[in-house]
Amino acid sequence: MRAPPPGRPKAGQAITLKRSEQPSPPSAGRGAGGRRTWWLWAASLAVYAFLYIPLAVVVLFSFNDSMLNAQWVGFTFRWYGKLLHNGEMLRAAANSVLIALLSSAISTVLGAMAGLAMHRYRFRWLPLLVLTPVAMPEILLGVSLLLFFRQVLDLTLGFVSILIAHITFSIGFVAVIVRARLAGMDESIFEAARDLGATPWATFRRITLPLILPALVAGFLMSFTLSIDDFVITFFVAGVGVSTLPLQIYSMIKVAVTPEVNAVSTLLMALTLTLIFFASRFAPDVLKGHG
Amino acid sequence: MALLEIRNVTRRFGALEAVKDVTLAIEAGEFFTLLGPSGCGKTTILRMIAGFDEPDAGDILLDGRPLTGIPPEQRPLHTVFQSYALFPHMTVAGNVAFPLETAGKPRDEIRRRVGEALALVYLTDKAESFPHELSGGQKQRVALARGLVNKPRLLLLDEPLGALDAKLRVEMQSELIQLQRDVGITFVFVTHAQQEALALSHRIAVMKDGRVEQCDEPDTLYTQPANRFVADFIGKINLIEVAVAAASKVLLTLDAPGLGQIAATDLRPLKAGERGAFALRPELVRVFGHKESADLKNRFEGRVRELLYLGDVTHYKIELANGFVIEALMPNAAPGRAKFHEVGDPVAVCWRHDAGVFLRA
Repeated sequence: MRAPPPGRPKAGQAITLKRSEQPSPPSAGRGAGGRRTWWLWAASLAVYAFLYIPLAVVVLFSFNDSMLNAQWVGFTFRWYGKLLHNGEMLRAAANSVLIALLSSAISTVLGAMAGLAMHRYRFRWLPLLVLTPVAMPEILLGVSLLLFFRQVLDLTLGFVSILIAHITFSIGFVAVIVRARLAGMDESIFEAARDLGATPWATFRRITLPLILPALVAGFLMSFTLSIDDFVITFFVAGVGVSTLPLQIYSMIKVAVTPEVNAVSTLLMALTLTLIFFASRFAPDVLKGHG
Repeated sequence: MALLEIRNVTRRFGALEAVKDVTLAIEAGEFFTLLGPSGCGKTTILRMIAGFDEPDAGDILLDGRPLTGIPPEQRPLHTVFQSYALFPHMTVAGNVAFPLETAGKPRDEIRRRVGEALALVYLTDKAESFPHELSGGQKQRVALARGLVNKPRLLLLDEPLGALDAKLRVEMQSELIQLQRDVGITFVFVTHAQQEALALSHRIAVMKDGRVEQCDEPDTLYTQPANRFVADFIGKINLIEVAVAAASKVLLTLDAPGLGQIAATDLRPLKAGERGAFALRPELVRVFGHKESADLKNRFEGRVRELLYLGDVTHYKIELANGFVIEALMPNAAPGRAKFHEVGDPVAVCWRHDAGVFLRA
C-alpha cells in the first residue's frame, strides 16, 4: 500500500512553498525593501547565534586537549576515549536510553489512547486529568511521585520508579499531539469506514492509525527527548543505586565542568539531531507544525 | 413488501424530539428523497438507517427484518456523506476497493469490480490519484463509486450535492439519475434543496420538526400540497387567506376578505365557514390589461407593483384591492402574449377555477 502521510502536499508543492517563504532576494528592490531584508537577515543571524553558540562551544571544547574550558590548546579525542572507560557514565547512559525508549514507547500507546478518548468523548474532566501532569511544576510532580512510590506503593526506588515517572509526564504531551491531529480531521471518515463494512478494530487499524501516525512519531520523539534530559523528577525518584545521564552529569559538574561532560553532552546532542533527522524523513508534517 | 420500512420511529436528544413517530415505506428500486429544512430530522433518520444512531421507539426493517442492534458494518447498505469522507491516505482505487476488502472478496474480483465502478463514474484514469488531487465533482463521483461497488441493498446519500457549485450540481443531478437507473439500487437521498428533490426523486417525503408532512410523487407534491408548509416549501406559491362560502360535491366557493369570491374545485367534504388558505402557483396566474376580457371564472383588479424580466418569463408582483400582493409568472414567448405591463399599470389577474387548492388551516 502506498501510504504517504495524509494531508501532505506532493514534493513539488512543498518545495514551492519553502521558496515563497524565504525572504525576498535583495535584487527584488533596493532602497527601503533592500534595507528591510538586510535587517531581517541580521536579526535572524543574531537569534541563531544566541541559540547555537553555547552549543557550539560545548562541542568545540569536547575536542580540546586541555582539562580547562578556558583556552583552545589542540584537537583530541581523548575525552571520548575516557568516556568509554568511565563505567558509571556508561551505565547511566544505558539507563537513560533504555528508560527513554521504554517510557516513550509506553506513553505513546497510552497517550494515543488518551488523545483518542479526549477527541471522541466530550468528558470535561478527561482533558483536565490527562493534561494536569503537563502543567504541574516538575518539582511538585517529583515530590508527589516520591511520596506515592514510597508511602503508598512501598516501591524500592530505582529503574522502575524512574520509568513510571517518565511515563507519567509524557502521556499528556502525546495525548495533546494526537488530539490536535484528530481535531483537523473530517469526522465522517471514521463513520464511513464502519459504514463500508469495517469493524471498529479494522477501522482503527486501516484508517485511524495511518492517519495519526505522524502524531505518534512526533509524540514518541517528544517523549524521548523529555525523558532523556529530565533531571528534576528523576532526581526525586531515582533513589540510590540507579543513575541516568543528566543525574550523572550533575554529579560530575558539582566538582567542575570537565571536558568529559562536554563530550557526553556532544554525544547526546548528536543522538537528538539524528532522531530529528529521521523524524523529518519519516513524518515531514511533524517538523512543519501540522502534527 | 417494501424494501425498507420505518415504523413509528421516534428519536429524542435530551428534551428535543428530533424525529416524531415517523412511518415510511421505501420500495426496491426507488429513488426516495427526504426533503426538509435543516433541523427537520431528515439526517437523523438517515443515520438511524445506517446504524450510527438507534431509534428510541419504533422499528426500522430491511426486507422485513428489524435492523435494531445491528452495527453499521453489518448492514447491507452504504452511505455517501456530504463531505464525501474519502480516506485521505488511500488512492481513488484504494478507496473504492475498501468495501470489497472488508467484505473479504478475492483479490482479482476486487480489481475487476473497482475497474467497473470507476468506469461507471468516468474516473478510470484517476485510479492512482489521491483524494486531495481531485476536484469536488471528482471526489463526489469517487464517493458514489465507493458506495455502489459492493452492490448494497440501499444507498443512502446525505446532501451529496451540497458542496458543489450550481452548474456542477445540475450536471451531477443528471448523472445521479442515470447512475441509479443503470445500477438499479434503491437510493435514499437527503436534501434541503426542493428543486433537487423534485428533479431526482420518484417519491419525496417532506419533513418539518421531526414529522413527515407529506409523502408523494413530485408532481403531486407540487400540484396538491397537503398543507401550507409543503405548499410554501416547494416552489413559489401565493397563499390567500380564505373561508369556505359554499361547497357542493365538486365546486367550492371561497370568501377572500376584501377581495370577493374565488371559485375552486375540491373533492373533500368541506363545510361552509371553514377557514384556511387558497394556494395558487404563480405560473397559473394570468395577467391581463384591466380592460381586456378573459373567459376565466376568477378575475380580480390590481396594480403592478414590481416586475422582474427574467428572459424566459416575467415575474409580476401585483397588489390587489385588499392589499394582498399576488405573484404571477408570465411566459414571455407565449402565443397571444400582447404586451408587458409596467409598474403602476392597472391590470386584471385571472386564473382557472381548477388552478389552485384550498388548504385547511
